[in-house]
Amino acid sequence: MASHTATAKPTIVLDMSWLESPAHTTRLSFRGTPAAIAAASSVFGVPLPTSACRSATVGSRSALWQGPDEYLLIAPESERTLIIQALTNELSAHAHSLVDVSHRQNGLIVKGPHAVWLLESGCPLDLDLSQFPIGMCTRTLFEKSEITLWRLAPDIFHLEVWRSFTEYVIALLSETARELAA
Amino acid sequence: MSALRSPKGGRIDRARPLQFTFDGKAYVGFVGDTLASALLANGVHLMGRSFKYHRPRGLLGAGSEEPNALVTVIRDTARRTPNLRATQIELYEGLVAQSQNRWPSLQFDMGAIANWLSPLLPAGFYNKTFMWPRAAWHALYEPNIRAAAGLGTAPSLPDPDHYAQRFAHCDVLVIGSGPAGLAAAKTAAASGARVILCEEQSEFGGSLLDDRNATVNGQAASAWITDTLAVLGKNPRVRLLTRTTAFGYFPHNLIGLAERVTDHLAELPDGKPRERLWQVRAREVVIAAGAIERPLVFPGNDRPGVMLASAARTYANRYGVAVGRRAVLVTGCDAAYEAALDLVAVGAHIELIVDVRPKGYTPGPAEKAARAAGLKIQEQSTVLGTEGTLRVSRIKIAAIDSNGVIGASRSHACDVVLMSGGYTPSVHLHSQSRGKLVFDDALGAFIPGKTAEHSHSTGAAHGVQGLTALLRDGATAGAGAATAAGHVATPIMHTGVALDGNMAGVPGVLPQATSLPPTKAFIDFQNDVTTRDLALAQREGFESVEHIKRYTTTGMATDQGKTSNLNALAFIAGQSNRRIPDVGVTTFRMPYTPTTFGIFAGHARGDLFDPVRKTPSHDWALARGGVFEDVGMWKRTRYFPQAGEDMRAAMDRECLAVRNQVGMFDASTLGKIEVVGKDAAEFLNRFYINNWSTLGVGRSRYGILLRDDGFVYDDGVVARLAEDRFHVTTTTGGAARVFAMMEDYLQTEWTELSVWITSTTEQWAVVAVQGPRSRDVLKSLVSDMDLSPEAMPHMSVAHGHIAGAPMMLFRVSFSGELGFEVNVPARHGTAVWEAIYHAGQAFGITPYGTEAMHVLRAEKGYIIVGQDTDGTMTPDDAAVAWAIGKAKPDYVGKRALERPAMKRLDRKQLVGLLTVDPQTILEEGAQIIASAGQTVPMTMIGHVTSSYYSASLKRSIALGVIAGGRGLVGQTIYVPMPGRDIAVIVSSPVFYDPKGERING
Amino acid sequence: MLVIHCPYCGDRPELEFSHGGQAHVIRPKDPSQATDAQWAEFLYLRKNTRGLFAERWRHVRGCGRFFNAIRDTTTDQFVVTYRAGEQPPASVVGGAL
Repeated sequence: MASHTATAKPTIVLDMSWLESPAHTTRLSFRGTPAAIAAASSVFGVPLPTSACRSATVGSRSALWQGPDEYLLIAPESERTLIIQALTNELSAHAHSLVDVSHRQNGLIVKGPHAVWLLESGCPLDLDLSQFPIGMCTRTLFEKSEITLWRLAPDIFHLEVWRSFTEYVIALLSETARELAA
Repeated sequence: MSALRSPKGGRIDRARPLQFTFDGKAYVGFVGDTLASALLANGVHLMGRSFKYHRPRGLLGAGSEEPNALVTVIRDTARRTPNLRATQIELYEGLVAQSQNRWPSLQFDMGAIANWLSPLLPAGFYNKTFMWPRAAWHALYEPNIRAAAGLGTAPSLPDPDHYAQRFAHCDVLVIGSGPAGLAAAKTAAASGARVILCEEQSEFGGSLLDDRNATVNGQAASAWITDTLAVLGKNPRVRLLTRTTAFGYFPHNLIGLAERVTDHLAELPDGKPRERLWQVRAREVVIAAGAIERPLVFPGNDRPGVMLASAARTYANRYGVAVGRRAVLVTGCDAAYEAALDLVAVGAHIELIVDVRPKGYTPGPAEKAARAAGLKIQEQSTVLGTEGTLRVSRIKIAAIDSNGVIGASRSHACDVVLMSGGYTPSVHLHSQSRGKLVFDDALGAFIPGKTAEHSHSTGAAHGVQGLTALLRDGATAGAGAATAAGHVATPIMHTGVALDGNMAGVPGVLPQATSLPPTKAFIDFQNDVTTRDLALAQREGFESVEHIKRYTTTGMATDQGKTSNLNALAFIAGQSNRRIPDVGVTTFRMPYTPTTFGIFAGHARGDLFDPVRKTPSHDWALARGGVFEDVGMWKRTRYFPQAGEDMRAAMDRECLAVRNQVGMFDASTLGKIEVVGKDAAEFLNRFYINNWSTLGVGRSRYGILLRDDGFVYDDGVVARLAEDRFHVTTTTGGAARVFAMMEDYLQTEWTELSVWITSTTEQWAVVAVQGPRSRDVLKSLVSDMDLSPEAMPHMSVAHGHIAGAPMMLFRVSFSGELGFEVNVPARHGTAVWEAIYHAGQAFGITPYGTEAMHVLRAEKGYIIVGQDTDGTMTPDDAAVAWAIGKAKPDYVGKRALERPAMKRLDRKQLVGLLTVDPQTILEEGAQIIASAGQTVPMTMIGHVTSSYYSASLKRSIALGVIAGGRGLVGQTIYVPMPGRDIAVIVSSPVFYDPKGERING
Repeated sequence: MLVIHCPYCGDRPELEFSHGGQAHVIRPKDPSQATDAQWAEFLYLRKNTRGLFAERWRHVRGCGRFFNAIRDTTTDQFVVTYRAGEQPPASVVGGAL
């Protein structure tokens, strides 16, 4: 990453153990009618949550609620063609939209005892477990970047960030992590 | 140890001395000192010059209310912070501080001539004096007034520190940590609520730290503070913040906190921000901000050495400093007697206590204690003046008889005067939150009334007095807040024992022998406002307190009337025979104390000011010396200069390469939206002006989008990928707003349509390959597609593979040449870009940037929405009316185009512009006039929207909009520039290949 | 920064929302039947209410939904939010519409 401020002190060796970049995955934007959503659940093998801001995971596949008619389906990269074909074939009777957005965004994992503290530097949501429980997912902001924030464990968060905003989000998190290095 | 420093007591560490300098002179203080307490311990009272009159000024207070002692702290050449209150600067080893607003020195200040001229500098002086001649304002008056105004000097170098920002949420935010605040936090935390306790000073305790003798539940107050903090500190749901000012109360219980992280440290630690902004969303807020003592208003009340009694207490009890050796206390408030007792305890002599209240009041506990201690008290008296140049040396006291007649004055020698007009609850945050204020007659001050937010004012900020009552009120507020936030809370009660002097007082000016308002009796110390200024404003007809405030500047600026507000109101009330509550109050503005710009910028500076969005070719272009420009948040390559080339040379080479061989261009930033559903074509029919029903699968069309007002909003190529699936492109800058507009119509107007949209801007990397050899380049890379003109005609789209990556290939041209746009999933973008570059070498491929792209499209008369259009152009104005699907019953903007104004013949229309001198390049934005030789104001008939040098045409070209322009083709118009009118011939906007033959290769 | 109750996602910070102007401005089903005056009113004429005001918001950095809200323009307090296409509760309409 390029040095981003004149103030960066070379003496700091930044601990980056709080950050992980997961392997590339299949990402599908699925939108449709309630009937299509129900049908997609059985084809995808994961019940698409009907509660706002909730996710469901079965095995290596997850469905993230993004809006009342919108989901982000996440699966291993190798299953992309299979899943697209299955959904397209099985849902022909139901009004819906399926768009491959695998390359649109990157996944980031922010983890560790300081995960919440790091994210609170740019995310305006209340990340207390009582307000943002495990499995909750939502689009929100990290400073000037839209992100999807998804809590996997009390101290593990999965972020989905649009491709060209990823460097910015990592740089800002790293700026905040400098406070930990001191 | 100096004679002014007590041998023991206070909260300083006498074992750890600290060296520091003030105005170049070296001094010694201790760990725990502020700059103010350390200077006082060294006998220094003179710390600043006043804002307007350059009067010598010393400390008035001991905390954030200090209006006078504003100094500059210098760490290094870049770290130079002006206008800091000496009372809030924690001493560290090597601290360097300087006084301000003086020249050549603090002791001898030339600017003080303003003091002698002060009768000539009344309120409104500038407004009245510098009226004319008008021309002198910019040349003479304003520069000189600006040079004379202000206190410290802003730093000239970029701020080398970094500033952090955080969001935080809690059930209960407690602001202030005196007895009420601590009791509130303790009770709220015990209920299980999430609590944040913030304290402006370096340690928790508030007024308890200023009291030698107070006990809580039988414990010394300091021990109780320690125990309470230990309990709070162990609670994981409690966050404790010192050196943290709640500077602003924003709507819906958002409180801005400014935490000063490193300013108190001698060595700046790696990684730590200088300051941290906390944006706290609290369900409930407890405001325990305390109360501020008021000065008394009498002639010469601003002389160095004249200070608040409460400040003297703080210096004595917290820092072990006697503010003087021989003190006179002037008070209209019982609690101030405690200061006299405390000064005696640190070895000072109390020359006299002057009580300014009329006889007949009931003596309070502090006065009784002072009498018991044998201190000399003169009752029912007033102050007629003070003497001393850079430090008070005498004070004139006169008794008032039972008829209100002022007797002969007597002068008393002294080196410090303590004054107290009573206490004013700190209602700033309550007022910022739009809460109402009510006047408390017993206290003689405003206290918080009806709240507008979920807030609870408590303790002295709520007008409560007496230690036990403060602790009880705090606990009750803490319980109320926690309960309102959904917890079960019981107030934790404490019993406090203290002298509990009464805080009520006598606001306003002390009686004087003349009926005129006294001179040099200051009300607002920071803004140099005297009683005479307020009286003058009233004489000149300013009645509303809001008007008086603005005319005289009382209560304004960084001080926000902390010490002056009530005295000003009382004086105005007295002058106009009104009661204080009838005068009304002005609104308190945020911030409570000045806040750095850095804390609001946070990390948003330099490369992190905005996200820097990079395309797949970014690093490749960077390595080859590409020059970039910002387009929205995107970095796009403007041109790729070769050795020795300037921008023009690079552009010319790139343009000619596209016209003659082939060029490649990163078009990834274009917005892309996938429109899917059985009604997709119907939706696009209603949304864009074009007819989409007739677009076959595998074909694309140039689309124009209007708003419902009929004006061009965006454009782009739309391809039909399947019966129910379209790939829509938008302008780079329009992607988000077009997406939002589509959602708006789908969600709120045409809910019956079965269509969904998905942004795919970042899914695809796009390489435009343009030029006569473009097909040859792609043929060498693509084996699974037929790229022949028959199989892949202009405006077609097909799928295949390129360099191993899946590809969606568009036959499309924004250059007028045979051209393609290669779309691949974004993570393949860099590899595919490089593959095309390598394969293209055999055909002379040339990477080109946005500058060449602009020239190429302008040569063809292709518009850029937002450059050649400006939000007031119809499709006809922009020469794209041919795209309208005329048979459609409706589309966004159609009805508006029927309005008469949209059909006028003199609307500004897009035309081409050819300068008579082919080497003259017009300036974009230049105005157009019909005839040469006009004088200002000229009659402008249009303006230049795009202008370039065309290497292909070996001359300049331009696009512009002119009223009725299409009717002027062939005629000469003029572009006025300094010194000349440039003759220009109006032409068709298509300059190159007007028949459009080259697009077919 | 206000707290806005998204009818889908619940209470969220204003940063996540974009304002959408006056609510319940209906686009005529057949604009060709509208007079110039009616069309100008639809395009340009909006209320500037002191007090309860019905306005649109979009949870753009959240679920993406447009919805309606009744807000008191003198206090910035929201009375109610409700989904697009719905009418506000009769009890709070007042002069908002």
